[in-house]
Amino acid sequence: MTDRPIIDIRNAAKSYGSLEVLKDISLQVKRGQIVAIIGPSGSGKSTLLRAINDLDPLTSGEVWLEDTQVNKALPTRQYEAHINAVRQNIGMVFQHFNLFPHLNVRDNITLAPKMLKGISKTEADALAVEQLNKVGLLDRIDYYPSQLSGGQKQRVAIARALAMKPKVMLFDEATSALDPELVEEVNLVMKQLAEEHMTMIIVTHEMGFAQDVCDRVLFMDQGVVVEEGPPEVIFKNPANERTRNFLRKHLKGQN
Amino acid sequence: MDTDLMIRIFPFFLKAAWVTIQLSLLSGAMGLMCGALGAAARLSRSPALRFIGATYVSVIRGTPALIQVFILYFGGPQVGIQLEAFEAGVLALGFNIGAYMTETMRGAIISVDRGQNEAARTLGLSRFETFRSVTLPQALRLMIRPLGVNINALIKGTALVAAISVVELTYTAQRYIGSTYKPFEMFLLAGLLYMAIIYVTGLGVNWLDRRAALK
Repeated sequence: MTDRPIIDIRNAAKSYGSLEVLKDISLQVKRGQIVAIIGPSGSGKSTLLRAINDLDPLTSGEVWLEDTQVNKALPTRQYEAHINAVRQNIGMVFQHFNLFPHLNVRDNITLAPKMLKGISKTEADALAVEQLNKVGLLDRIDYYPSQLSGGQKQRVAIARALAMKPKVMLFDEATSALDPELVEEVNLVMKQLAEEHMTMIIVTHEMGFAQDVCDRVLFMDQGVVVEEGPPEVIFKNPANERTRNFLRKHLKGQN
Repeated sequence: MDTDLMIRIFPFFLKAAWVTIQLSLLSGAMGLMCGALGAAARLSRSPALRFIGATYVSVIRGTPALIQVFILYFGGPQVGIQLEAFEAGVLALGFNIGAYMTETMRGAIISVDRGQNEAARTLGLSRFETFRSVTLPQALRLMIRPLGVNINALIKGTALVAAISVVELTYTAQRYIGSTYKPFEMFLLAGLLYMAIIYVTGLGVNWLDRRAALK
């Protein structure tokens, strides 16, 4: 393990016209670290997450994945090749799963590895089995997304992202669209990833989960990181008034 | 109603129906090609291509199909394009329905959920790979029924080329009115045959749609 960050965001800023959604944010995430980003909706946390794989490009600032600048300024064609290569190393899980409805679970998982890594059908099938085992859904390998519950869909989506063997995983409110009773099964899979020291950046509304699993918590509001630190500090003893207000509202319903 | 006459004359109408079917098949195929190209142009990253696509659609949809047929068939020779009536009919109808199909296809493609594109791109798939294996397979399913509607309009639209003397159903009906003086029977026969063609086409579209349905 090196001390060099695996994800390095430097002075990230983004605006839509005069609306600044991210204001000069810097963030380093080391290998194996698990970072939660919390904050009210509209605070810019998803935008920041989506800037990491350049899905939502920054207006200014840099994003680095190890030695590679993700949001390099390149001519269109070169940029396309560059970003496609970079994205293979950054797994992403979405609020609405975004499984491919026309493909069964196996093909959802193996589509990208087959296309991008030139692996054989046998290898791809073995990969699907391996990843589905990890998320406990091997028996659903021939199912189509519409035949799965929300929690199962999200676990397949995680397996799909993991099949590319990413260096870091981004979770964009992965459990927000789930019925309450289905949240736990997805959380369990994420906890298991944490135990395997997967580097993860998690945008979440679930304070309990953030508290249990994460090494660091960032509280964002109005495009800035208001406060950051270990979960014990942020949740038990936040320094900032805005953080306290937010947590008071959010923790009331829980526990 | 003179049913005896209708039965006697029926074989001639069948022959005419075959011409209508040929017109529909050929111009339908051409329309699908124009539609695919048009949709690609309209969704292109190049402003020039987008402009060409948009112009194609607005010119064709903004003028009567009959005028388009006339311009090609009667106006063509003036600029050195000499076509048989049947050829001119196929080209004009195909080019015409292609503009409607452009919009159908474009609509189906852009109505595939944006999250699908994002999921594929974050896995590392290129724009083209994403289109081919994620967007297009879903868009094709969405476009079967609306393209069926376009084909339905096209089949009925083939009647227009009667105006340039292509011996299809409508022209045939008009011609036999001249000798039989029975417009009701003649147009009824033509109408029934159009309906039969459209009915069978509809069955085909339904079958395709069911076959392609997502599990």
